[in-house]
Amino acid sequence: MKIELNGEAREGIATVAEAIAAVTEARRGIAAAVNGEVVPRSEWDRPLTDGDAVEVLTATQGG
Amino acid sequence: MEPQTFGRTDPALTIAGKSFGSRLILGTGGAANHAQLAEAITASGTELVTVALRRVDPNASGSVLDVIEKCGVDILPNTAGCFTAEQAVRTARLAREAFATDWIKLEVIGDEDTLLPDPVELLEAAEILVREGFTVLPYTSDDPILARRLEETGCAAVMPLAAPIGTGLGVRNPHNLALICEHANVPVICDAGIGTASDAALAMELGCSAVLLATAVTRAADPALMAAAMRDAVNAGRAARLAGRIPKRHLAKASSTFEGMADL
Repeated sequence: MKIELNGEAREGIATVAEAIAAVTEARRGIAAAVNGEVVPRSEWDRPLTDGDAVEVLTATQGG
Repeated sequence: MEPQTFGRTDPALTIAGKSFGSRLILGTGGAANHAQLAEAITASGTELVTVALRRVDPNASGSVLDVIEKCGVDILPNTAGCFTAEQAVRTARLAREAFATDWIKLEVIGDEDTLLPDPVELLEAAEILVREGFTVLPYTSDDPILARRLEETGCAAVMPLAAPIGTGLGVRNPHNLALICEHANVPVICDAGIGTASDAALAMELGCSAVLLATAVTRAADPALMAAAMRDAVNAGRAARLAGRIPKRHLAKASSTFEGMADL
């Protein structure tokens, strides 16, 4: 199964939680979206499907 | 930091029922490093700082969230970089999930050259986010009618620009800013375009409830010193506003009386 994680093609990632773990150890201040829709923390075990675009975001300096 | 109001009554800045001891909101964009940012936050006396939401950088060392936590200030996520209402709404929803706050600095820009707000997309995004229970603080142009429309939509504050983001040009249209302040029933926060302390003081003198600035501090040669200057400027501007300035006159008016002048 191929997904896109923060703009990069990735394989071997089955859930939102695994996608998050693939880019950061942090859990505080993290949000995830699949195909543009936010995935609440309580649903991070949600399975991904082929072609999903996953965004894992956090705070950065900004005005 | 309490303003120097000599015991005069000045109710605290209150946004959506939350009171703040400082009328300065600091953006974190542009700081050279986290240590410098922490020093600037402390020097500014602010109680609220903005952050942007971006893809996790796996190579980042430390987080701006650690700085914010250490400084003991509240977080105001923004939707910086969004060009459409849809993008901004999605970003706001993600920010709420990430930071467990309903507060959002709503920013929907029209193009990259001016970074000016897109009023049509901004209003649409504000309507959606208010409906979804967000506390919406929209970054807006200095248009009194748009400010009114945003307030009517249910925004918790309106945040008209002094000048385009990062320009440091100061208050370009003091008349419009004063008009917005005159008619608003929510706090008016002057956001963007402040270059130096006198700009912040002027915004407050015109009737703004607070000032939001980032670049003027973070890209100053000495950010902490400029942060302290901004703190004092906001307090001075506020005090001057409350004090009631003298009207401007065309001709001189002697402050020393002519009565009793010696015949010399």
